[in-house]
Amino acid sequence: MYVLRRLPSLLATLFAVSLLTFLMTSLLPGDPALQILGAENATPEAIAAVRADLGLDDPLPVRYLHWIGDALTGDFGRSYRTNEPVSEAIIDRLPVTAEIGILAIIIALLVAIPVGMLSAYRAGTRTDKLISSTSFGLLAVPNFMVAIFLILIFAVWLGVLPATGWVNFTDNPVQNLRSALLPALSLAIAEMAVYTRLLRTDMIGTLQQDFVTMARVKGVSNRRILFRHALRPSSFSLMTVAGVQVGAIIGGSVVIETLFALPGVGRLLLEAVLVRDLLMVQGVALVIAVSYVVVNFTVDILYSYLDPRISHGRSAARV
Amino acid sequence: MTTARPLDGRGNEPLLEVDDLRTYFDTPRGVVKAVDGVSLRVDRGKTLGIVGESGSGKTVLSRSIMNLLPKNNTIREGSVRFEGRELTTMKNKEMRTIWGAEMAMILQDPMTSLNPVTKIGDQITESLGIHLGEKGKVAKAHAVDLLKSVGIPAAERRLGEYPHQLSGGMRQRVTIAIALACGPKLLVADEPTTALDVTVQRQILDLLETQQHERNMGLIIITHDLGVVAGRADEIAVMYAGRIVERAPTRELFARTRMPYTEGLLKSIPRLHQPSHTRLAAIPGRPPDLVDPGPGCPFAPRCNYAQDKCLTETPVLAPHAAGHEAACHFPVGTTAGQDALARNLAAGRTAAGTPLDSSTAIATAGAA
Ligand SMILES: Nc1ncnc2c1ncn2[C@@H]1O[C@H](COP(=O)(O)OP(=O)(O)OP(=O)(O)O)[C@@H](O)[C@H]1O
Ligand SMILES: [Mg+2]
Repeated sequence: MYVLRRLPSLLATLFAVSLLTFLMTSLLPGDPALQILGAENATPEAIAAVRADLGLDDPLPVRYLHWIGDALTGDFGRSYRTNEPVSEAIIDRLPVTAEIGILAIIIALLVAIPVGMLSAYRAGTRTDKLISSTSFGLLAVPNFMVAIFLILIFAVWLGVLPATGWVNFTDNPVQNLRSALLPALSLAIAEMAVYTRLLRTDMIGTLQQDFVTMARVKGVSNRRILFRHALRPSSFSLMTVAGVQVGAIIGGSVVIETLFALPGVGRLLLEAVLVRDLLMVQGVALVIAVSYVVVNFTVDILYSYLDPRISHGRSAARV
Repeated sequence: MTTARPLDGRGNEPLLEVDDLRTYFDTPRGVVKAVDGVSLRVDRGKTLGIVGESGSGKTVLSRSIMNLLPKNNTIREGSVRFEGRELTTMKNKEMRTIWGAEMAMILQDPMTSLNPVTKIGDQITESLGIHLGEKGKVAKAHAVDLLKSVGIPAAERRLGEYPHQLSGGMRQRVTIAIALACGPKLLVADEPTTALDVTVQRQILDLLETQQHERNMGLIIITHDLGVVAGRADEIAVMYAGRIVERAPTRELFARTRMPYTEGLLKSIPRLHQPSHTRLAAIPGRPPDLVDPGPGCPFAPRCNYAQDKCLTETPVLAPHAAGHEAACHFPVGTTAGQDALARNLAAGRTAAGTPLDSSTAIATAGAA
């Protein structure tokens, strides 16, 4: 099966990702021991004692093996600052980030697919030009600006959505959606523009293909040609880029969660970095990196579903 | 309809009648006159071969006939009547009841004319559903029959396969099955065998021929290879620079070629009995620019017979024998033509300034 064939490379990637995460976070400037003790208590002896206690003086390979061994059992250590287990902090915050991220992608796709198709179908017309310049415009606006505008419109002027804060889904699903909508929309705007551009380009190419002419000459309606014949073969780069863009969404969520005061992983990471909470930073970074790899692996699998030529292998026996 | 002549059944309404069709493209370079006044006619059960070099406008002509060209930047004049119905003014909505059901088409490259992500069965049953209202088991059984009729083994299994799992020849059979699915009255095949190797070419052409006879269908075979249509077409129209420059029943065309261009095409077939896939590059020189052709015969710069008159006056199709027309001031095989060639030979060059060495000229005279 295709999934099984891809599994070894997934494992190799995950290993590399964990190693890189560890190295980069370990090399962050600043001494965690200093942070833990505070400036007034930081005698050289005290610092040495804390460092020995945390294992910070061990060679890097030893520290990595300790860390990754524990991480594999779900133990990321405890926060230097709050003493809260890192894994618990992450499990608490992850659903928030996942929800606004997924919501953002869904919103972006729901808008981009019809708009991109329309743009391609009317390529060169005024509709197309309007859509194109709008997407370029949206791409140029940073997400925090979008967020501020959205807050201004929907929270301040119209007063229909909350400007900040978070309600858990289990507490109140409706309020949960309301609190997720503006952050998700802020993340979605730029994605929307990227997806629209991509789909438009690929779709224009597809619509010039012989098999589209063949479909027309079979008497297939335009709508059916667009949705049934052209959409799937035009969505390969969209899929790939949507996977890659999950990175941009996670990056964006650091800003957006801070702006909307959401208890998400992005804000957790930002706060941990600011206070040199090393184990917290490492744990969060690892979870983010692994999610990213897993998302792209899933995209890869979906891709093979979208394009049968991949799962059958391009060199499949030709009869 | 002033120029094209019926092959038989005079008085019957022709299946397809194209009258002075022009198709121009408005491009930044200027107006490309891809099809420039073409008239032709196809009767039920008959085959018309359209032959011409690359860029002579064959594909544009076929798509213009089928009403498939995009409306923007395209200027189209003249008329296309299918069973008496005018197609040029028809909206896409109306065309969709004709496309697939009454007029069908096969394209040059079977590698690209099937949807790569859709199962073959679904691609066949789609038009069965649209035009015949067949669904589910009925449609599937019909699709199996169609695949069998175009000579695809293990038809049931093929329904669930994707195009990339089939060879080029098999794919072209599938596109033929799709084209024939709803029993069209006219099939337009735009270079149906160009992308295939020689043995497969012959099989596909034979298949088209048998299907056509079984269904009494009109067939247009477009090709750049005169050998492809030699034994198969009832009538051949030779196209050059967007115009038809010679037209005759097949045997007549081969026996009494009138147009020097056709003569060149004929020479590029090595042996008539061999299946040929020789490109028509055998004629020296390049086809003219379609943007601003200028006065005179468009073929004159490449023609051994070219005289001063050819550089200033554009020849029009003129009758030579029953059903045989050619657009040439000094036709091959006439005294005017012989004299023109002799004059050019003596001068060592044609009126267009093209050098003429005696070896080419002897070969030409031999073919004529
Ligand atoms: N959409 C278009 N816009 C501008 N010019 C076009 C367009 N389509 C075709 N042409 C031009 O029209 C001319 C005829 O093209 P066409 O494809 O009909 O040639 P052809 O005889 O089918 O050649 P081939 O054997 O290579 O398929 C060419 O010069 C081509 O560049
Ligand atoms: Mg062509």
